[in-house]
Amino acid sequence: MNDALDVALRLLIVFVVFLTLPLIIGQTEHKVMAHMQGRLGPMYAGGFHGWAQLVADGVKFAQKEDVVPAGADRRIFQLAPAVALLPYLLVLLAIPVGPGEGAVGEVIDAGIFFVLAVMGVGVLGSLMAGWASANKFSLLGGLRTAAQLLAYELPMLLTAASVAMAAGTVSLVGILDAFQWWWLPWQIVGAIVFFVAGLAELQRPPFDMPVADSEIIFGAYTEYTGLRFALFLLAEYAGIVVLCGLTTVLFLGGWHGPWGADGLGWVWTLLKTAVLAFVVIWLRVTYPRMREDQLQKLSWTLLVPLSLAQIALTGIVKVVIQ
Amino acid sequence: MTLAQAPHGFLAQAQQGFLSPTGVEIAFLLVGLVTFGAAIVTVTTRQLVHAALWLVVALGGIAIEYLLLTAEFIAWVQVLIYVGSVVVLLLFGLMLTKAPIGRSPDADSGNSWAALTVAVASAAALVWVVVDAFRTTWIDLDGPAAGSTKATGESLFQHWVLPFEALSVLLLAALVGAIVLSRKAKATADPAKPTGPPEPTGPPEPTGPPEPTGPPEPTKEGKPTKEAKAAKGGNP
Repeated sequence: MNDALDVALRLLIVFVVFLTLPLIIGQTEHKVMAHMQGRLGPMYAGGFHGWAQLVADGVKFAQKEDVVPAGADRRIFQLAPAVALLPYLLVLLAIPVGPGEGAVGEVIDAGIFFVLAVMGVGVLGSLMAGWASANKFSLLGGLRTAAQLLAYELPMLLTAASVAMAAGTVSLVGILDAFQWWWLPWQIVGAIVFFVAGLAELQRPPFDMPVADSEIIFGAYTEYTGLRFALFLLAEYAGIVVLCGLTTVLFLGGWHGPWGADGLGWVWTLLKTAVLAFVVIWLRVTYPRMREDQLQKLSWTLLVPLSLAQIALTGIVKVVIQ
Repeated sequence: MTLAQAPHGFLAQAQQGFLSPTGVEIAFLLVGLVTFGAAIVTVTTRQLVHAALWLVVALGGIAIEYLLLTAEFIAWVQVLIYVGSVVVLLLFGLMLTKAPIGRSPDADSGNSWAALTVAVASAAALVWVVVDAFRTTWIDLDGPAAGSTKATGESLFQHWVLPFEALSVLLLAALVGAIVLSRKAKATADPAKPTGPPEPTGPPEPTGPPEPTGPPEPTKEGKPTKEAKAAKGGNP
């Protein structure tokens, strides 16, 4: 009974985090982008600096008509948002926020493989949406999504493998237990490659070619309205949470803090995640979109060699210190 | 799994039987039925993209079976390589070439009976071999996981290291072959443009990247690329 209660409580906490953090990041994006562009952003909804803007957006989305195009493949069209969103919920289960086994939704032996595998499945949602919409722009968006995933999955895996080599384990909890502060300079190249590849996998600017609005309207999501469209947007923000959380856990030491405050491990995790999320928003405001061939070139000619070099470096250091 | 030690399993067999199935065994059977059904639909449906999506269900079902057999590492790798990469590559290829919404009756092959024969024969051979080899082996589901990452790694790099290396050489050969095929096709199709990224830029031919010898068989062209992807994902 106690075990069941424990599991239920963990699931509930993860679910609440899954529902709130993406909205907080969304609101932060509104405000940060606005201030970087010399605007104020939303100011009215909810009273204080428009804090309830996304709640109001949600109400608006829920009221819209749920349209399925006449030529679309109905069932796949309707299923796609769920396929895009759910994997991120599953990934959140495996990310440890604090020391010990009490601060993670579910301890998974092969944690790295689990999170990367499940994150990859989310892209199937975009592909299904792109194909099932019966729209040429959507199909193009789906194609670009697939090409981007294939290009950026590899550097992501390789850099994650580098961390696993350094820690001697593929469990996320185990990696954090083994973390030392000097891993930060040692794995810094891998960290940057992982973060950039993750951005590309989420199709965030400057890697938002699959949804390039000036060329293909909104890519795979062109035909979506109402709640299903909102689910895709939520998936994007949940993806930011997951990517920043993973980068924190793998490369930035997760709950380790400079002053070793034991009870405050989860604060460190949240703080690092928030800073990375800010960087994601910052990059969106700063850089123009990359062209499709530049995207592919960046991955295959820069990120893959860099991640291979990082693995070589990790191996050499590992052998030397043994 | 091959990892369960035979002598231990032999002892355990005394208490095991088919008459009082446990919850895990029932779940295994049910997931197996779903997987089988999805696989049947995959090869019989007339809608190309639906076939690829049913393949996701079938491959995911196999991953769940691995999980139920405590082979957690294999299960996640199955999802990562097959669902995350191979199916995405398949869908990519389908969308690049021809993926109409609705049925495509012309996509059926006249060789389906031969294919069925081969499939049944190989399935029979595999089932026979597996049943014969692991008849007396039982996996202790309550003990330490027989398929944990540590156990899998130790058995892979101690007992099975030679087949593992041979396989990686095979995948490397497939990778090189895919590159050679696609480069040759480019040189004959468009000699004016010898360079350029190999991925989906190519405006000259609308049918998509590497079509080496023209129409005859798209499967031949798809296979090395698929294996190349597996080599990239699996080798390190």
